[in-house]
Amino acid sequence: MLSQIEGSKAVADAVAFCRPEVICAYPISPQTHIVEGLSKLVKTGELAPCEYINVESEFGAMSVAIGSSAAGARTYTATASQGLLYMVEAVYNASGLGLPIVMTVANRAIGSPINIWNDHSDTMSQRDSGWIQLYAETNQEAADLHIQAFKLAEELSLPVMVCMDGFILTHAYERIDQPTQEQVDAFLPPFTPRQSLDPDHPVSIGAMVGPEAFSEVKYLAHAKQMLALERIPELAAEFQQVFGRDSGGLVHTYKAEDAETMVVALGSVLGTIKDTVDEMREQGHKIGVLGITSFRPFPLQAVREALENAQRVVVLEKAFAVGIGGIVSSNVRTALSGIQLRGYTAIAGLGGRAITKASLQKLFTDAEADQLEPLTFVDMDWELVERELQRSQLTRRSGTAYEHQELNPELVSAQLL
Amino acid sequence: MPSQPIKFYQTGSFVVGNRLLDVEVRSTQSDPKRANTLTSGHRACQGCGEALGARYALDTVSRVTGGKMIASNATGCLEVFSTPFPETSWQIPWIHSLFGNAPAVATGIAAAMRVKGRDDVRVVGQGGDGGTVDIGFGCLSGMFERNDDVLYICYDNEAYMNTGVQRSGATPGAARTATTQPVGPEPGNEFGQGKNMPLIAMAHEIPYVATATVADLRDLEYKVERAMTFRGARYLHILVTCPLGWGSASRDSIRIARLAVETGIFPVFEAERGVVTGVSKIRRRVPVEEYLKLQRRYAHLFGKKARPDMVAKIQGAADRNISRFGLLDETPEELKPPGDASDAATSEQDAVQQPPEVIETNAMRLTAETLEGAR
Amino acid sequence: MFELRIHGRGGQGVVTAAEMVSLAAFAEGAHAQAFPSFGSERMGAPVVAFARISDKEIRNREPVMAPDGLIIQDPTLLFQVDVFSGLKPEGYILINSSRSFAELGLGDLSSRHKLERLLTVPATEFAREHVGRPMPNAALLGGFAALSGVLSLASVSAAIREKFSGKVGDGNVGAAEASYTYVQQQMKELANA
Repeated sequence: MLSQIEGSKAVADAVAFCRPEVICAYPISPQTHIVEGLSKLVKTGELAPCEYINVESEFGAMSVAIGSSAAGARTYTATASQGLLYMVEAVYNASGLGLPIVMTVANRAIGSPINIWNDHSDTMSQRDSGWIQLYAETNQEAADLHIQAFKLAEELSLPVMVCMDGFILTHAYERIDQPTQEQVDAFLPPFTPRQSLDPDHPVSIGAMVGPEAFSEVKYLAHAKQMLALERIPELAAEFQQVFGRDSGGLVHTYKAEDAETMVVALGSVLGTIKDTVDEMREQGHKIGVLGITSFRPFPLQAVREALENAQRVVVLEKAFAVGIGGIVSSNVRTALSGIQLRGYTAIAGLGGRAITKASLQKLFTDAEADQLEPLTFVDMDWELVERELQRSQLTRRSGTAYEHQELNPELVSAQLL
Repeated sequence: MPSQPIKFYQTGSFVVGNRLLDVEVRSTQSDPKRANTLTSGHRACQGCGEALGARYALDTVSRVTGGKMIASNATGCLEVFSTPFPETSWQIPWIHSLFGNAPAVATGIAAAMRVKGRDDVRVVGQGGDGGTVDIGFGCLSGMFERNDDVLYICYDNEAYMNTGVQRSGATPGAARTATTQPVGPEPGNEFGQGKNMPLIAMAHEIPYVATATVADLRDLEYKVERAMTFRGARYLHILVTCPLGWGSASRDSIRIARLAVETGIFPVFEAERGVVTGVSKIRRRVPVEEYLKLQRRYAHLFGKKARPDMVAKIQGAADRNISRFGLLDETPEELKPPGDASDAATSEQDAVQQPPEVIETNAMRLTAETLEGAR
Repeated sequence: MFELRIHGRGGQGVVTAAEMVSLAAFAEGAHAQAFPSFGSERMGAPVVAFARISDKEIRNREPVMAPDGLIIQDPTLLFQVDVFSGLKPEGYILINSSRSFAELGLGDLSSRHKLERLLTVPATEFAREHVGRPMPNAALLGGFAALSGVLSLASVSAAIREKFSGKVGDGNVGAAEASYTYVQQQMKELANA
């Protein structure tokens, strides 16, 4: 059924159709509309039976989720940015314990400086946590991925993070084809764990494992995630059968067939990239796109196949590893090992800075002319940066970083537009 | 003819023997059909108060729930010594997640039971003092505030024992730990505000709060049983002796816990919805020295560099507890030791107490024996 | 594709206005996208929201840089924020004010844009009259429907009722209709002038 709704509502409704038994959440921008929507559905009885718990922190949220999932209840939570970091100990704990928790992360930058707008630094920081990470390109895909996520999580006994760009997707109204309860029930069977906390079959969960067994336990967790590489495409196909649309999967390519330049990205920016690529194709540029949906497990094979015939690859990222550079690009580079082509990393959109078609067009054109640095920061105010670097050379003084910057107020307010 | 209850006491630990009691009032532990929720084979130290307390508490929960229980456990001694992979001592469903989240995990388990219509399954969350008053404090308070149907038990041995005896928010003033060493002008732990977790629990006005010790195990079992008659958030704070961390003889674990009660250092009471409903009266009051001298963690208060001023502070705190909770019945004058409730000391007191008249009590004789024996 | 940018201050319903535009477009069978540019909840701060209407799937998510239409909900923003930035030459502007463009000091805009597409409407007054509250967003949408012809008044009214129920919905629809009529009248006068 077609609806014109906010992304957060599409996700809340999709999650509700999955019949979660326990929802525990702590509010943080820009996830708030999702948990508010779900709390209303529970309170009115529309979503029942379901326990909705208002927890005292994000650490509390993931911990309650651990208890509830271990006791055999289908469990959901959501967070972003600082909240994700606050629960990190429990995030690793959940994947180590093999609990099929599904969590939405409304991608948001991490402070300091505090910033509530979108980038990928939050979920990128958890790429090693053992969680499966899926990135949605549109709100339709965000809703659909949650349904696939529960099934994937419960089959593999691994938690799944569904990543959607904060504000850009969560707070955008767009057309969504909403599923029906019957469709979701046909796709997603009830949660029947192999092992749970049950007085009839007592088990001890969470023992300390020493050097003699730890490595094997960790490897097995990795092996489980690798199984997802097969299962994710299968699930997308099953989803297509039940719901009639193409959502999820490991990667998507766009106009890649004869592309000399391939652009790689995750999340909502792919839409803007595709529009830019369309315009450039009309001008005769041989340029294509690779959208990565499953970031963990990283689909090395699929990425290699999509990129190996190109001459150059531009990886556009919304996060970066301070002290070295691109994150996604280093994963892409691993996929391409042994293959000779030019690789460029472009960092854009940090802290919610808009990524425009104009900037993308310039970036891609420079890449085609091989006039790009290996590591580029899109739309960076180099003048300000140089000035500040020079100033801090003159007088070495410790203190918070951004208090020392002479920010140009006109520039800032123009950016707000 | 009116009947008068008579208590029988064995020497030394003053524990009441089961054989002397009617069957109905014997401890759960005396029943050969007890659940052994925490069964043998665990790796606890000899004389561990926590193993003792946990066994008594959880077997009681098992008895009253017909075995329908699930436990969540914070990181700490109990968790570590009970589950040395690939073995476990637990015969109940049990989960250890993290250090600071045992209350939250318990909340999650309770929610799962509720949503599945299994309200017959009861949930226990447990942890040491560190996991409860420090790192688990936020989650615990949240659990109280929501009145989640969880019985939370804190086994308080007054420091982070599992990691090598470091100071926690529950470590008393003057106590030696690895991070509050007995050196310098203020040896041992500083005298801070303390963190009275039972009173904090009471401030949340949850259905039931109680304290207990491993010295009166039948009282402990009673408190657990009473707690299980309520639904909603319940809190039990149990003083458990740690021979290793306290520097005491393993055979003195119960005796030391009893002395903590009899000095007034650890008040034993019950409360419902924020109001104290009952206290265990001190049967035979003793000065705090009797308690302190059995533990090497207080050794620096005595001997060559004795600190009677610090002992006096500890005595003052004990006096305040006695006064605040009404722990003494009226007793004849000659049995009242100096510094009792009626002239409770202030926190600024620097006045050195006159040394008490030496009255040779059983306890003192035993103390001397113990210390002699230890040498 | 029609791209709209709405300027106002926090608390004036700017975001809701953009959402209603998308609901109205959806009702007419079009693809529509609406999203805000701000984040933290704070009354009175300048706020921008965007809407796109198209007959094809909308993939672009950049802010609206070159709008086909502008709605200014709060005239105090006129010289504070560059509200007209990027407006296409044939673009529409609708400002919430009882004064004319010239009276607002915006006379020079008519040299760069089409005079008959630059209008003001006293939306706050209509809102006060019909809803009892000075919330101009619904009224402005009615006016914009008349000005641009991009949405019908019926779709706008339906969108308003999706957001506001009962008396408030009726009132907002009334304000939108009044605004629509007012703008239509203005356009007639300009055409006959």
